[in-house]
Amino acid sequence: MHIVEAEIREPLVLGHKSYHDITEDVCKPVEGRASAIWYLMIGLASILALWGVGNILYTIGVGIGVWGLNKTVAWAWDITNFVWWVGIGHAGTLISAVLLLFRQRWRMAINRSAEAMTIFAVMMAALFPGIHMGRIWLAYWVLPLPNQFGSLWPNFNSPLLWDVFAISTYFSVSLGFWYVGLLPDFATIRDRATTPLYKKIYSITSFGWTGSAKHWNRFEEVSLVLAGLATPLVFSVHSIVSMDFATSVIPGWHTTIFPPYFVAGAVFSGFAMVCTLMLIMRKVFKLEDYLTMKHIEYMNIIIMLTGSMVGVAYLTELFVSWYSGVEYEGYAFLNRATGPYAWAYWIMMTCNVISPQLMWFKKLRRSLVFTFIISIVVNTGMWFERFVIIVTSLHRDYLTSSWTMFHPTYVDLGIFFGTIGIFFVLFLSYSRTFPVLALNEIKTILRATGEHGVKEAPHANPIVTTDNLDDLGSNESIDDTDNK
Amino acid sequence: MSNKIYALYNDDHILYNGAKKLVEKGYKVNDVYSPFPIHGIDPIIGVRKTRLAITAFIYGLIGMSLAIYGMYYFMIVDWPMNIGGKPNFTLLQNLPAFIPIVFEITVLCTAHGMILTFLLRNKTLPGMVAKNPDPRTTDDMFAMEFLMNDEINETELIADLKATGAVEISKR
Repeated sequence: MHIVEAEIREPLVLGHKSYHDITEDVCKPVEGRASAIWYLMIGLASILALWGVGNILYTIGVGIGVWGLNKTVAWAWDITNFVWWVGIGHAGTLISAVLLLFRQRWRMAINRSAEAMTIFAVMMAALFPGIHMGRIWLAYWVLPLPNQFGSLWPNFNSPLLWDVFAISTYFSVSLGFWYVGLLPDFATIRDRATTPLYKKIYSITSFGWTGSAKHWNRFEEVSLVLAGLATPLVFSVHSIVSMDFATSVIPGWHTTIFPPYFVAGAVFSGFAMVCTLMLIMRKVFKLEDYLTMKHIEYMNIIIMLTGSMVGVAYLTELFVSWYSGVEYEGYAFLNRATGPYAWAYWIMMTCNVISPQLMWFKKLRRSLVFTFIISIVVNTGMWFERFVIIVTSLHRDYLTSSWTMFHPTYVDLGIFFGTIGIFFVLFLSYSRTFPVLALNEIKTILRATGEHGVKEAPHANPIVTTDNLDDLGSNESIDDTDNK
Repeated sequence: MSNKIYALYNDDHILYNGAKKLVEKGYKVNDVYSPFPIHGIDPIIGVRKTRLAITAFIYGLIGMSLAIYGMYYFMIVDWPMNIGGKPNFTLLQNLPAFIPIVFEITVLCTAHGMILTFLLRNKTLPGMVAKNPDPRTTDDMFAMEFLMNDEINETELIADLKATGAVEISKR
């Protein structure tokens, strides 16, 4: 029962806190009034989101001819944005599932928000194939439903259909996993609520969670099994996304390295987005004691590691394109690095391969400003990676007469930046209504990893003796002069 | 009807050690309410290991069978499609292309089946009323519940609870 943590480890919870202090710190953003910064941010995000919704509706109304696509480049920003958003989503599951299996305690400060990020990012991702269909109201055709066409079924040999199943499984399982973890924390807010409306809302969302021993016993089993399921799931999802490309015969796409390369890239960009969001969140909600420098350093190390994996993949691709002796393959990569899209290729190389290497310096990976800048740089770089893979492989195909360039229209721009707006509106709304840290989990590690262990709760209450026990017969029996 | 005694503790370790002593003395701890899982308390108070993982395995098998049968019916029996000359005449030949979806459906059924079973077994569903004895047990208090009957001497139990470090004792 007594867990002893080596002195050499940095504490994961700073300050001298009691269990009650954790509850207070995490519930404050939900119960208190929002700050001016929050209103400013959600205001800006809403404007962006509305612009995006407008452009999406315009696309649905008139068709995808309003995008910059042409006959040669028939896939561009839509699939770029799709892959980018799915990739961002991967960090959440990695943190909550893989790090749970590895018993990494530092995940507890970031898993809740990272999973929220996953869910919102996957929602944004799923939007793109939907609107790219053109007739989104026929989107149910991707499902194997009995129909009157003969019956005609979707093609189960196609990676595009695998993607439908992968993304929908990923989204719904992540949502379930996230919600199970939220039940005890919603219960905490419910039991603290002072207004009837809050009490009502959080009673419904907490599903009547009581925290009895049997509940916790089942809870831990469910968390463990779901983590075990989500771990292969997260790897399968981005592998399947990569197979959308890898199973084709387009030079630059037709490579076996794609699945691991895409998964590493996904984790890389996902952690960068987690860093961006967490750095803002710890500042706005004053959670510096829970999201410590050590957490940021750990995340930066993962960014450095996955960034290096992505770098190795880029170089392997280049090598194989030469070593294979296939001239089309060789040209595709030569064209990437020196052709008309070389600027995009070198932005990608700088952002994804060089910038994370700076994290070898301890001073830099423990610097908030530097981490924030790198997190934005990495996300930009990863967007360009998908753009480079998709557009440069398509724009110069086998027939030189059809070589062309891709120029995004304002609708392309509007939808892309719009999804960033929608994402932030969702995330900011989440941060004011949900417990942003998994407070029940942080309480379990407070004793072992808190800077000064658990602060003892004051014994303010007199022990109720048998003499006055009979006076306390009603349900409100427990003395409410509590020990806050 | 007051037949339950609740002892509140303000520390998980004190409750853990207290439960150990009380059980040794022959008391039956009916339940423990805590804001987070107290590791190691289950065997002491006699909570058995949950069988949810077994149900998850069964849901997984169901999901896998459904996926394989579904694709066999759609792609082999009902409407075989010749796609780029890929083998499509028997399930076995076409199976490699079906593996990703078999995996996804297996995970889908396992996860949702398990979550649903978890919620039903716990009786935690939208609209359920929470039955924790004190609102502070989801914050920083830990409660032990005893079911009273004629065999238990109330005065003695309360004295024993006090000795183990309970900060509040109530009867309801």
